[in-house]
Amino acid sequence: MKPEESATTGADLLVKALIDEEVEVVFGYPGGAVLPIYDSIFKQNRLRHILVRHEQAAVHAAEGYARSTGKVGVVLVTSGPGATNAVTGLTDALMDSIPIVCLTGQVPTHLIGNDAFQEADTTGITRPCTKHNYLVKSVDALSRTVHEAFYVARSGRPGPVVIDLPKDVLMNKHDYVAPKKPVQHKSYRPQVKPDPKKIEQAVEMIAHAKRPIFYAGGGIINSGPKASKLLTQFVRMTGYPVTNTLMGLGAFPASDKQFLGMLGMHGTYEANLAMHGCDVMINIGARFDDRITGNLGKFSPGSKKIHVDIDPSSINKNVRVDLPIVGDATLVLEEMIKVWKAKQPKTDQKALKAWWAEIETWRARNCLAYKTEKGTIKPQYALERLYHHIKDKDHYITTEVGQHQMWAAQFLKFEQPNRWMTSGGLGTMGYGFPAAMGVQIAHPDALVIDVAGEASILMNIQELSTVAQYRLPVKIFILNNQYMGMVRQWQELLHGSRYSESYMESLPDFVKLAEAFGAKGLRCHEPEKLDDTIKEMIALKHPVVVDVIVDQKENCFPMIPSGAAHNDMLLGPEDKAAKPVSEEGMVLV
Amino acid sequence: MQELASSHTISVLVDNEPGILARVVGLFSGRGYNIESLTVAQTDAKQNLSRITIVTSGTPMVIEQIKAQLDRLVPVHRVRDLTVEGPHIERELALVKVKGTGDKRVEALRLADVFRAKVIDAKTDSFVFEVTGNSDKVQTFVGLMETLGLVDVGRTGIVAMSRGAEQL
Ligand SMILES: Cc1cc2nc3c(=O)[nH]c(=O)nc-3n(C[C@H](O)[C@H](O)[C@H](O)COP(=O)(O)OP(=O)(O)OC[C@H]3O[C@@H](n4cnc5c(N)ncnc54)[C@H](O)[C@@H]3O)c2cc1C
Ligand SMILES: Cc1ncc(C[n+]2csc(CCOP(=O)(O)OP(=O)(O)O)c2C)c(N)n1
Ligand SMILES: [Mg+2]
Repeated sequence: MKPEESATTGADLLVKALIDEEVEVVFGYPGGAVLPIYDSIFKQNRLRHILVRHEQAAVHAAEGYARSTGKVGVVLVTSGPGATNAVTGLTDALMDSIPIVCLTGQVPTHLIGNDAFQEADTTGITRPCTKHNYLVKSVDALSRTVHEAFYVARSGRPGPVVIDLPKDVLMNKHDYVAPKKPVQHKSYRPQVKPDPKKIEQAVEMIAHAKRPIFYAGGGIINSGPKASKLLTQFVRMTGYPVTNTLMGLGAFPASDKQFLGMLGMHGTYEANLAMHGCDVMINIGARFDDRITGNLGKFSPGSKKIHVDIDPSSINKNVRVDLPIVGDATLVLEEMIKVWKAKQPKTDQKALKAWWAEIETWRARNCLAYKTEKGTIKPQYALERLYHHIKDKDHYITTEVGQHQMWAAQFLKFEQPNRWMTSGGLGTMGYGFPAAMGVQIAHPDALVIDVAGEASILMNIQELSTVAQYRLPVKIFILNNQYMGMVRQWQELLHGSRYSESYMESLPDFVKLAEAFGAKGLRCHEPEKLDDTIKEMIALKHPVVVDVIVDQKENCFPMIPSGAAHNDMLLGPEDKAAKPVSEEGMVLV
Repeated sequence: MQELASSHTISVLVDNEPGILARVVGLFSGRGYNIESLTVAQTDAKQNLSRITIVTSGTPMVIEQIKAQLDRLVPVHRVRDLTVEGPHIERELALVKVKGTGDKRVEALRLADVFRAKVIDAKTDSFVFEVTGNSDKVQTFVGLMETLGLVDVGRTGIVAMSRGAEQL
C-alpha cells in the first residue's frame, strides 16, 4: 500500500505504537495541536487516558506510575503552554532518573519559526531537561521515533524523553511500522555488563574490609526489584551494615538489623558516622549527591571506595573513587554474589565485631528521638502512628517537599522497593499528590498516601478534581505546621530566626476545600484523637484530605548543616547554638 | 589536593542532525565547562556523520566528566581525547586581512612568506593571507600583522587527528 492510500493517520499510528509499547495509561490534557491524537484515542479502547488539571501534574502522575511499576510513564500535552507547563515535571524526572515519554503537540511544520499561535521551541526548551528529545518532521519517521524514544527512556540510566509532534505530521497518512526487536541503536548503547576483572577486585576489597559499609541508592530501584533482592542477599551474606539514600529507600528492608537507616543531611547518626569512619565503601547505584557528602573535603576521608553505576558520568563526578564499575546493578550484584560464593572468603570477624560494636554505640544515641508535648501533635508522632496503622496493609507512600518529607523518610519504614516516591533531586513541591494519583491508577486496590505539607499541597491542589473524576481513593495526609517548615528551619539556623515570608497566612480550610471537590475532609488537633482519624481515613474508600495540625516550630533533626562534615551533625535543638554554620556553609543550598 | 587544569583536544563523532550542536554547546554552558575552540562539519555523507573538535580545559576530573557527559548524549557515536590518547596533529586556518602601502606592505609579504601564508586576495593597498598551522603559529602570525596594518581576522578553530593508521 502506498502511503497516500493508507487508512492510518500519524495520530492513529502513534496510538498504535503506544499500544505496541505496552502502554496502558496516558496522563494528559488536550489542546488544538494534539486534537488529532485525542480523536484517535476516542476511537479505540485499549489505551486509557487520564485527564489531569495541569500539565505539570500529568508528568508527576506519570512519574508515580513509572516508579511504582517499573514501566515507562506516558504524558500527552498540547503545544506552547501545554509543553512549558510540563517542564518542571520533566526536570524532576531527569534528576531522579524516571523513565517518561512525553508527547507534545507542535504547530504544523510550515509554521514552525513563525511565532505561530501556541508555538514554543519545545525541543529547545526541553533539551537540558530531558535525556533526549525529538522533533518529528515527517510522518514516515513517526513510528520509528516513538519506539526509539521508549528504548531511550527505559534503557541505561532511565530518564524523560520528549517527542514534539507538529499537527500536520499527526494528520498525514502513513502505514504503521512495528518496533524492531531487539533494538540496536546506532549510537546509544549503554554498558550493562560489568567487567569481570573488576568484580573480582571488588570482592577482594569487600572481603578484606574491617569497617565496611554498603551505600545503596536509587539505581537499585531503577534496576528493578531483582536488584533489591540481590542486594539484600549479598548484604546478608557479608553481614555488613547498609544505608540507603532518600531515593534508595526500600532497596533494603528497613526492619533488618543490618540497616542503619537513611544517610545524608537528615540521615541517621549511625549511618553518617559509619560512612565517615568506614574503610571500604560499596556504593551501588547512588550518585554521591551533595545532600550525602556534605563537605567534600571531609567526606569519608579514610575509605577505599567502590562505585557501581550504569552511567559513567556519575562516577568520579563529585568524589574520586578507587574502583569504578560501570554496569547494571542487577548484573553486577549477580556477578559479585557468584564470585563471593565461589571464593568463600574469610572475613575479619574480629574487626567486624568491633565495627558493629562501634555502630551500636552510635545507634544507641537514638538520634530520631523527639520531645513530646502534652496537647500538641508532633509531626514525628503523627508519622509513627500513621505507620503503625498502615504497615500491614498493601501501601504506597508519596511525599511533597519539606520537613514532612524528611520525617516521612525517617519514620516510615520501607521493606520493599517501588513503594516510596519522592522528589529527591529537584525537590519539587507539588510532586506528591499527582504522583500518588499515578500510583493509584497503577495499583487501584492499594492504600496510597501522599504525606504533605500545607504549603506544598497547594501547588497542585487542583488535582482534587482529577481524583474526584476517576474516584481515586488517594489519601492526602497534611502535616500542617502553618509554615514552610523547611524554609523556617533554615531561617532559624542561618538567618537569626528572621522568618521572612515563610509563614503560611490565609490558609484555606482544608476540610471544606476537600468537600468542595467532592472528596472527604478530616481534621485532627489532639494527639489522643489521631489514631481514630487515621483509622477513619484508611476506612474511607474515597479521596481523603486529612489536615493534621502539628507543632509549628518543630525542627527536623539530625541535620548536617551545609558545609559541615558527617561527624559534625546537629542532633537536636541543643546543638544548634553550639555549632553555628560557617560562612562557606551559608552560600550552599 | 588541588588538581591542575590543562587543555585537551576532544574529537566527537555525532549524527549530523538538527540540534546536535545545540546539545553539545548547551552541555558545556549548562555545566560551566570552557570552550576554547569548537569546529564542526559533516565528514561522512553516506552515514550522515559530523565530526566536532573541541578544545577545552579543566582538571583531570573535569575533563573526565566532560567526556562522560558528551558520550551520554544519544546522537554521539564516539568521544576521543586526542591529548591523552597518543600523538596527534592539530591544524587551524586563518584568513588575515592587512592594509598598507610601502615598507609595511613589503614587510607583511615577507613575513607571510616565512610563515608559508598564501596570498589569496590582493589590491594595491591590501592583502588577504591564508595561513594554516597549529594555533600558536596562527596566533604568532596574526600578532606580527598587528603592527603592519591588520584590519580583519577570521579563524576556523582547531581540527585535529591522531597520528598513524587508526580511525576515530
Ligand atoms: C529537602 C530535601 C532533603 C534531602 N535530604 C536528603 C538526605 O538527607 N539524604 C539523602 O539521601 N537524600 C536527601 N535528599 C535527596 C537528594 O537530593 C538526592 O536526590 C538523593 O540523595 C540522590 O539519591 P541517589 O544517590 O540514590 O541517586 P539517584 O538520583 O536515585 O540516582 C541513581 C544513580 O544510580 C544510577 N543508576 C540508574 N540505574 C542504574 C542501574 N540499573 N544500575 C546501576 N546504577 C544505576 C544512576 O546513574 C545514578 O547515578 C534530599 C532532598 C530534598 C528535597
Ligand atoms: C516548587 C518549589 N518552590 C520552592 C521550594 C523551596 N522549598 C523547599 S521546602 C519549602 C517549604 C515547604 O513547606 P510545606 O509544604 O509546608 O512543608 P514543611 O516543610 O512545612 O513540612 C520550600 C518553599 C521548593 N522545594 N519547590
Ligand atoms: Mg508546612
